[in-house]
Amino acid sequence: MFRYIVRRLLQMVLTFFGATFIVYALMFANQDDPLQALAGERPISENVRLALTERYHLNEPFLMQYWYYMKGLLTGDFGQSLTGRQISDMMATAWPITIKLALMSIVIVAVVAITAGVISGIRRGGLFDNVTLVITLIILSLPIIVLAPLTQLIFGIKLGWFPPTAGANPTFYALLMPAVVLGSLVLATELRVTRASVAENLRSDYVRTARAKGLSRKRVIGVHVLRNSLIPVVTLIGVDIGGLMSGAIVTEGVFNIPGVGFNLFRGIRTEDGPLVVGFVSILVIVFLVVNLLVDLLYAALDPRIRYE
Amino acid sequence: MFGNRPWKMAVGATAIALFAAGCGGGSEEADSASNSIVIGIAEPQHLIPSNTTESGGAQVLAALFYPLIDFDAENKPFEVAAESVTSDDNKVWTVKLKPGFTFHNGEQVVADNYIDAWNYGAYGPNAQGASYFYERIEGYADLQSKDPDGEEGPQKAPEPKAKTLTGLKKIDDSTFTVTLSAPFAGWKSVMGYTAFHPLPKAAFSAPGKIADGFEDAIIGNGPFKMKGTWQHDSKIEVEKVQGFKGEVPKIDGVTFKIYQDAKAEYADLVAGNDDVQTQIPIESLASAPGDLGERFKKSPASTFQFVGFPTFDKSFSNVNVRKALSMAVNRKEITDQIFLGSQTPAASFVSPAVAGYRENTCGASCEYNPTEAKKLWTENNGPAKVQITYNADGGHKAWVDAMCNQIKQALQIDCTGVGEPKFADLLTKVEKKQPVGLIRLGWVMDYPLMENYLGPLYATGGSSNYYGYSNPAFDNLVKEGSAAKTTEEAVAKWQAAEDILAKDMPVIPLRFGQNNFGHSEKVTNVEVDIFTKVNLYKIEVKK
Repeated sequence: MFRYIVRRLLQMVLTFFGATFIVYALMFANQDDPLQALAGERPISENVRLALTERYHLNEPFLMQYWYYMKGLLTGDFGQSLTGRQISDMMATAWPITIKLALMSIVIVAVVAITAGVISGIRRGGLFDNVTLVITLIILSLPIIVLAPLTQLIFGIKLGWFPPTAGANPTFYALLMPAVVLGSLVLATELRVTRASVAENLRSDYVRTARAKGLSRKRVIGVHVLRNSLIPVVTLIGVDIGGLMSGAIVTEGVFNIPGVGFNLFRGIRTEDGPLVVGFVSILVIVFLVVNLLVDLLYAALDPRIRYE
Repeated sequence: MFGNRPWKMAVGATAIALFAAGCGGGSEEADSASNSIVIGIAEPQHLIPSNTTESGGAQVLAALFYPLIDFDAENKPFEVAAESVTSDDNKVWTVKLKPGFTFHNGEQVVADNYIDAWNYGAYGPNAQGASYFYERIEGYADLQSKDPDGEEGPQKAPEPKAKTLTGLKKIDDSTFTVTLSAPFAGWKSVMGYTAFHPLPKAAFSAPGKIADGFEDAIIGNGPFKMKGTWQHDSKIEVEKVQGFKGEVPKIDGVTFKIYQDAKAEYADLVAGNDDVQTQIPIESLASAPGDLGERFKKSPASTFQFVGFPTFDKSFSNVNVRKALSMAVNRKEITDQIFLGSQTPAASFVSPAVAGYRENTCGASCEYNPTEAKKLWTENNGPAKVQITYNADGGHKAWVDAMCNQIKQALQIDCTGVGEPKFADLLTKVEKKQPVGLIRLGWVMDYPLMENYLGPLYATGGSSNYYGYSNPAFDNLVKEGSAAKTTEEAVAKWQAAEDILAKDMPVIPLRFGQNNFGHSEKVTNVEVDIFTKVNLYKIEVKK
C-alpha cells in the first residue's frame, strides 16, 4: 500500500510538469498581443508597451518565458498577473470560494443522485423511475448557460427565494442556488449510473444468496447491493470534483462569484499566461489528488482490491 | 484501510464539507436603513490616478478625489479644487489651489502633491496607462525612452534623459504653473481627467516610487475615504470624510460592489441589492422598462461608433463610393431594432457630448437614401463585394450583419461581415495591409473637447486613426484650433475641420452612445454623466 502511494506521488510530479508545460505552450501559441488584449480597444502608448514588455518578458522566446515562470513557481512565487496583482493573492481569494461551491454541489448531487438512483434502481419501470428518467433527460439536455440564468430569473428575481447573486463572501444560503445549478452538470449522469449499477447488482448471485439466507430487505439493499453499486459512482464523483472546479466558469459568472472559473476566463481573455497556468497548476494537483483518493477508496469499498 | 466502516467515514466527510461550506460568509448586505448606497462597477484594473483608464476605476476615484476641474451641464470646465486656472498665452497655465484641503491622512494638499503625481505618471518606465495625458506638458519627451532595436530585440531601452517634467514648476505651496510645449486653448478641460489628481507624500516610498500596498488603501483628497482596503473582485467601501471643505455629498458612504458580468448586476438591481447600474446590458434592455419602470433612465454618453475605410484599399479611394456606402445604411433602423433605442443614429463626426457639436454635419451623405446610393455606386464603379471586419468579442455581429443586409439591398452587391477573434487581431491585419474591407471602430472621449475626437481619430498619425486617413488641410485646422486664443475661436477652427471630414468621408459615422442606467427604489436624484459615472454629490437616499 505504502509503495503504491509513493509510486503514484512520483507519477503526479511528472504529470504536473507535463500539464503545466502544455498549458503554458498553448497559452503562448495563442498569444498575439496580451498588452492590447488587456487594454481593450484603447491605444497603448509606446513607453507603456516597452516597460510592460520588459517587466513580463514578453519579448523573449517561449522557453525563456517558461523558465522564468517555473523558476518562480518552484520558489513558491506565482508571479504577477498583467494587471500587476500577485497571482498568489488572487488564488488565496478565488480557491476557497470555488472549493466551497464545488463541495456543496458534490454533497447535494451525491445525496440526491444516490437516493434517487437507488430508489429507481429498485423500482425499475415504476412511476418514480419514469419520472426521474424524464427529469434527468431534461437536465441533461439543458446546457448550464441556459439553466443558470433561468434559475436566477425564476428563484432569484421573480420569486425572491434566494439572493440573485452570491458575491465574494456568500452565506451558505446564498451559495445554495449556484451549487444546485453547478451540480446539475453531473447530477443526471450520477443518478443514472447509480440506477444501472443497483439494478444490475440486484440480480447478482450474492444478493440472491443473501436473500435466501433470510436477511432483511433493508440489510440486503443497504449493505450488499449499495456497497458494490457505489464503486462506479465514487469514481464518477471523484472525477466530477475536478470537473466542477474548472467547469464553474458559467455559474460563477452568472452568480457573480469571483472564483477559479472566473479567473481562468479572465486570464484566457486577456492572454495572461502566468495567471492561467497558475490556476491550472492547482487544478491539476486537485485532479491528481482526488483521483488518488478515489483509487484508495476502492480498497475500502471492495475488499478484493489490494494495492501493492 | 478504513476497516469495515466506510459509511461512518462518508457521513463524517459530508459533515465536514457542509461545515466548510457553511462557515465563513457573514452578512454582506448593507443596512437598508443606513444612508449609504451600493453602486455596481467592474473590477478596476488600477486605482492609481495616472494608471486608471477604465470606467470602474474612474468611478471609485471620483469618490476618493476632489478634482481640479469638473464639467457643468454643458460640459464646460469649472474650478473645483482649484481656486483659479489662468493663462495669458494658453502656453503657461497657472493653477492656484483652494486653501484648507487635506488628504485623508491629514496631510495638507500642496502644489508638490500635484507635481509629484504627474511626474510619476509621465515617467515612461512607470508604464502608466494614462501617461499620454501629460504629452502636452513641456519635457514629456525626455521622460520617455526608445528601445534601440525595437520591441522584439534583445536590447533593453536606456533610461530616459530626465525624471521630472520641466513644464511643472512650484511657485508657492498653493500655486504651480504648467508649461505646455505648444499653446493649447483646451488645456483646462484636459485637467479634468482622473490622471490629474494629486497624490499625498505618503504615496511614495522614495521619490518617484509608489509605496507597496498604497494602491489597495489609496489616500485621496476627496469627500469620501476608503474604508478598509480594496477587496479585489469583491468590493471597495468608502465613507464620508468628516468636515470636508468642498462640496459635501448627501450620502454617508458608498459600497462599490464589483461585478464581473453586467447581467449578474442587473439581476441584483432588479432584486434591490444594487442601487445604481450605470450601464444596463443590451440583453436586459427589452425587459428593463417593465422591471424598473420610472427607474430606467437614459442620459447622453460620449461613445461614438463608426466604420473606417482603410486608405491602402484601392476599392474605396473614390470619395463617392464611400458616400454611397454611407447612404445605403439605415442608421435609425439599426439603433431601434438591434440596440432597442439604447444608442442614437449619428450624422456627425464628433459626439453631442462636446461643445461645438453640430447636428448632421455629414449632411446628405449620412441620410438613408438607397436610390441615390445605388446611382452613385454604379456611376463610380463601386466594387462588387464589400467586407466589414469587426472583433467578435465585442458583440458586434448583430449590427454588422444588419448593416451588410442593408448594403446588399440598396446597392445590390455582396456584403459580408467578418469577425476577428479580438480587436488586436483586427489591428494586426490592418497593419499588415491585408484586405479587411471596412473596419469597425469605436471611441470614448477622455475630455469633453471636439479636439479629443478630431485629433486621435482623424489627424495624420492620430492614436486611433487605424485606417490611415491624412489630410494636411484638416491637420492644420485642428492644430490652429488647439493653438487658438479662446475656446470660441478654437471651436470655430475645429468645426471648419469637421466640414473637411464631411467632404472626405474617411469614416461612416453610425451611432452615438447613451447611458442606459437604472436605480433601485432606495435612491433618488440619480445622474450619470458623459463619462458614465454616477454623480455622487447629487444622489440621495429616499427618506
